[in-house]
Amino acid sequence: MAGKAFQKIYTKLSQITKATCTVNATGVGNEELATVGGRMAQVVKIMGNSVTLQIFSGTEGIGTDAEVIFFGKPPTLKVSDQLAGRFFNAYGNPIDGGPEIEGEEVEIGGPSVNPVRRKEPSELIATGIAGIDLNNTLVTGQKIPFFADPDQPYNQVMATVALRTKADKIILGGMGLSNDDYLFYKNSFENAGVIDKIISFVNTTDDPPVERLLVPDMALTAAEYFAIQKNESVLVLLTDLTLYCDALSIVSNRMDQIPSKDSMPGSLYSDLAKIYEKAVQFPEGGSITIIAVTTISGGDITHAIPDNTGYITEGQLYLRRDTDIGKVIIDPARSLSRLKTKVMGKRTREDHPQVMSASVRLNSDAANAKTKMENGFDLSDYDVRTLAFARDYAEQILAIDVNIGTDEMLDTTWALFKKHFKKEEVGIKDEFMELHWK
Amino acid sequence: MTKGTVYGIISNLVHVKVDGPVSQNEICYIDLNGVKLMAEVIKVTGDIAYTQVFESTRGLTTGCPVEFTERMLEVKLGPGMLSKNYDGLQDDLNEMSGLFLTRGEYTDPLDENSIWSFTPLVKAGDSVSAGDWLGSVQENWINHKIMVPFRLEGKYTVKTIAVAGDYKISDTIAVLTDSEGNEQVVTMVQYWPVKLPIRAYASKPRPFKMMETGVRTIDTLNPIAEGGTGFTPGPFGTGKTVLQHSISQNAEADLIIVAACGERANEVVELFSEFPKLDDPRTGRKLIERTIIICNTSNMPVAAREASVYTAMSIAEYYRSMGLKVLLLADSTSRWAQALREMSNRMEELPGPDAFPMDLPAIISNFYSRAGYVYLNNGSAGSITFIGAVSPSGGNLKEPVTEATKKTARCFYSLSQDRADSKRYPAVDPIDSYSKYLEYEEVQDYLNNNIAPGWVNSVLAAKDLLLRGKEAKDQINILGDDGVPLDYHSSFWKSELVDRIILVQDGFDDVDKSTPMKRQAYMLNLVLKVCDTDLSFESYEELQPYYTKLINTLGQMNYQPFQSDDFRKYEAQLDTILDERRVK
Ligand SMILES: Nc1ncnc2c1ncn2[C@@H]1O[C@H](COP(=O)(O)OP(=O)(O)OP(=O)(O)O)[C@@H](O)[C@H]1O
Ligand SMILES: [Mg+2]
Repeated sequence: MAGKAFQKIYTKLSQITKATCTVNATGVGNEELATVGGRMAQVVKIMGNSVTLQIFSGTEGIGTDAEVIFFGKPPTLKVSDQLAGRFFNAYGNPIDGGPEIEGEEVEIGGPSVNPVRRKEPSELIATGIAGIDLNNTLVTGQKIPFFADPDQPYNQVMATVALRTKADKIILGGMGLSNDDYLFYKNSFENAGVIDKIISFVNTTDDPPVERLLVPDMALTAAEYFAIQKNESVLVLLTDLTLYCDALSIVSNRMDQIPSKDSMPGSLYSDLAKIYEKAVQFPEGGSITIIAVTTISGGDITHAIPDNTGYITEGQLYLRRDTDIGKVIIDPARSLSRLKTKVMGKRTREDHPQVMSASVRLNSDAANAKTKMENGFDLSDYDVRTLAFARDYAEQILAIDVNIGTDEMLDTTWALFKKHFKKEEVGIKDEFMELHWK
Repeated sequence: MTKGTVYGIISNLVHVKVDGPVSQNEICYIDLNGVKLMAEVIKVTGDIAYTQVFESTRGLTTGCPVEFTERMLEVKLGPGMLSKNYDGLQDDLNEMSGLFLTRGEYTDPLDENSIWSFTPLVKAGDSVSAGDWLGSVQENWINHKIMVPFRLEGKYTVKTIAVAGDYKISDTIAVLTDSEGNEQVVTMVQYWPVKLPIRAYASKPRPFKMMETGVRTIDTLNPIAEGGTGFTPGPFGTGKTVLQHSISQNAEADLIIVAACGERANEVVELFSEFPKLDDPRTGRKLIERTIIICNTSNMPVAAREASVYTAMSIAEYYRSMGLKVLLLADSTSRWAQALREMSNRMEELPGPDAFPMDLPAIISNFYSRAGYVYLNNGSAGSITFIGAVSPSGGNLKEPVTEATKKTARCFYSLSQDRADSKRYPAVDPIDSYSKYLEYEEVQDYLNNNIAPGWVNSVLAAKDLLLRGKEAKDQINILGDDGVPLDYHSSFWKSELVDRIILVQDGFDDVDKSTPMKRQAYMLNLVLKVCDTDLSFESYEELQPYYTKLINTLGQMNYQPFQSDDFRKYEAQLDTILDERRVK
């Protein structure tokens, strides 16, 4: 982004702090982009002729005579079909060695969709993962995070989910991704042979943390292009939003704002909502679905980041390593997709809601039996059977590497019910028992 | 009019250098290359007005011209608001042009071209004052009163009044004269500044009637009064929104105003698409016909979110002045408080607890006090019942918004994570929650006279059963099943009976989702009768299967139409079950 002839250039900084600098300038717009001594910066405050800029990579070594060049516009992205298959940094510049994108230049972080122009989410997203399809069905236009501890394989699970869906486009917004994880995503996409439906905006741990504040808006601007102009169903993966929030708190701290809970800015809820609420189902068929990762610490969901997230998203998913089978599953007890009732039994077989709640209940009976066992109590015959059921259920249904259709999940679950339980223990409506208890 | 220019910009806080007088809360428009951004004055020092802009300020530069309006943020009031979907500034969302909410686009809340059939209620020479009814038009099924504008002070004389006939909202329907002979032209439209309460009524008694919501854990256990206030704090996912939606569908009100304040767009879309289909159980018309939705979702501008609850309240006050029973629901008032916090921080005000503004409790209390039951000047009554959802951060009820609200709202419906986890919906905690109205003598008299003689005592008996059951359960957990007397098990199971039959309610079942008061009274008495029956057990192990049977049978009654054959069939079975263990 080299300076052009009409751009205003200033060379006299009046103030430099850790993250910002101030210059006397006129005619500068709020949120406008600039370079300061060659580094990317954005206008965050204007007071009379003093314009304060946030320098994304910090101010180390910036001199009072650094050259400030204003771009006359806020961050933008050029959108067109050429985006497909490409990798970009947080500014939307290619990092894959390919050519610049040609297309319409649009401002990122644009306005909200008028709520009366939305449609109620109603299309099922199949992933082949039973922890999702069977127990917590996802719907296009939904927004849902994984709440995961840092040691859990959330990036692997996200990649699996993404690659198994029938989304027309998958957009990865990587924030503070380790270089290894970035390469993992890149390889998974290439190996799956679907690279032309993937678009990535990546800020890695090698890049300045504050830059990642641009990533979600870049990803969602690209998503809006495909969902609105092309009526495509777009899946946006955002990982890790906790690192995004950390960047927010760095900035607000440097701007001397008063922190609220957990040293997060008071606007955290609005900041996150602006991202998540870009999830939408349009009446014309296009949609944006957001699956995110919010890493949590020691399972604590009362921390401001997961807490505010939970108030915004439509449910949350938890990963758990099932020690009986030695595999990762999506925890049926704690996970919830709030929109599942919009499709379960409506877009899927009618027995689906009943089978789902019966299996979740029997599974939690097994958890109780397990506690009993660990505390050295005697197990009843029923306890023993729930434990056997839970093991089969995890192995044949829940394990992340199982990849089957919803009907098959239902049939297998019925078979397990029959194998381990008596009719009355299952507690499913008679009409379905007659059909499926065979 | 005063003019100014933009001097400073910090996010949506814009400093404007002015060339004349400005007032606190005055509205101005900032001209950004022809796009007019609406803003409100929130502080003035010297010739600088601090304004909060109701839109994104991206691209705004210093020097942009600003025009002041000499008016505060107002709602436009008149016939045609029912069924509308407004944003927080009362723009008609359906009239907005694009897919996206375009900055600087403001739409008319009322339709200037609709024709209304007007009937006069006064004649020339009558003496009137603010809020008095001059005439009426039929708006859906509501008899919409055209009133003397609220802003007029003192007595007026009707000089002319329009004859019965068809008029548009801006046609003159009356000319009034004040004591000095100055004329005042009245149309069907009037404006009101949202931050001020409408006080055009004669008196505001303590609420004394109850407002039916159809939700048993509220109506039976902790009823809310008509004109009363309540709030529902609860961690995320515990059912605040589902509860509000269910109340909005079934409550016994003439008019429902739903303020979706800083929450999810998809939830509002659900209202948009469901309400036109759902029947109003009391009138047989569609629910949407008695509903106004004010929708400022979490991604819409924060300052407009703050305005949205005031917009909703002012519209509620307008309809209350027509002698109507209005129910106002806001989800969630925490988002409104957060909007206040964001602005207060930008203004670098001294922060209170959790960085909320110091005067948060006063702001919340002033807002809640706008609800209430009122007698109008002509003797008829109107009411606003207000229920706000609160989203405590970290689910901790000791945070500023919950604490401030608790000081002012009279009903406390605390949603518990444990109940939600065990799928006992609605997850209102029966022990922690309360209704102060239950202590009002006039409310007690009303309940005893209108529901059943001795009703209040029955309610207190049910509460006692729940409390004793909880205490018994605690002891059982400490001492073990066989470490406590049998009585403890009985107490526990009786509380389960009250909980599972009266409190737990299936929001998705056509019959169970809403229970009329008559039926609630019948079921409570039945459950209390069962609990009063002397039963005999040999060991604690006999109680669980026996009570499970009782609960299942009574639970089946909840799913059957009241007094239907099936309902009676299960009731008869109940007697048989009781006979098994009745002490002779
Ligand atoms: N009465 C009910 N019956 C059955 N399920 C319910 C009921 N209430 C809530 N739920 C379940 O809980 C989920 C969350 O409910 P709801 O959206 O009302 O929570 P909330 O308290 O408003 O959460 P948030 O603070 O995040 O907005 C629903 O999607 C539904 O699955
Ligand atoms: Mg809610």
